[in-house]
Amino acid sequence: MKHELKLYCEKSRLAELRNFLSGILSASGLNDITQNQLILAVEEVCANLIIHSHDCNPLNHIELEVLVGKDTIVFEIRDSGKAFNIIEYKSPEIDAVVREKRKGGLGLLLVRKIMDKIEFETDPSFNTCRLIKKLKSK
Amino acid sequence: MLSINKAPERDHLVITLNGEVDASNSVELDEVIQEAIAENASKILVDGNRLEYISSAGLGVFMSYLEDFNEKQVTFVIFGLNEKILNVFHILGLDQLISIKSTKEEAERALYEA
Repeated sequence: MKHELKLYCEKSRLAELRNFLSGILSASGLNDITQNQLILAVEEVCANLIIHSHDCNPLNHIELEVLVGKDTIVFEIRDSGKAFNIIEYKSPEIDAVVREKRKGGLGLLLVRKIMDKIEFETDPSFNTCRLIKKLKSK
Repeated sequence: MLSINKAPERDHLVITLNGEVDASNSVELDEVIQEAIAENASKILVDGNRLEYISSAGLGVFMSYLEDFNEKQVTFVIFGLNEKILNVFHILGLDQLISIKSTKEEAERALYEA
């Protein structure tokens, strides 16, 4: 099943994103902890794009497509801002975050730990980030 | 939606989080902790019983004060987190860096018997 959301680039829209994802995931049969992890990972990528690639410009938007399959859930996040290559980005070490009193840097670390696979593609019109979670066979 | 309440109790400060912490409102959490440090609080409890969600923006706020807590010898304890949120702390290993207790009683014991 395919679900789509057009998310405007304002931080206040993140709650709307969570509602959208929660509606899809609550029907997935995944447990609460996993549902929360997936919502969090998708939100981290979107928040990153909203803040860093779009400078919170409410006229810009991000497109999110969720494909719930038999073996995987795929979250495809498309935007046309400054390309942010999530695969090349190096997450900081936790102790460096503490030592430097940094407030950021943990988000993409969470995404990497939660998702099974992350893909990134860019062409002149769109950047596409794909987050893939395998569903355990029952 | 997030509401934060800060109230003194005995010899400590209780910061109660109600709702969801994300990139849109983590600055509010930041301000409250900053205030607590400015007021020279030496024992801070965070009541997470009604915290429903936290993203890296909120976790980052806690992380950014750990050095200050060390330097100023502030005892900082979070309690009452639900299992979804506890799991997020666990994924990053933050439960190794921040004192987390399940109940208020345990949290108070950690403050006063340390």
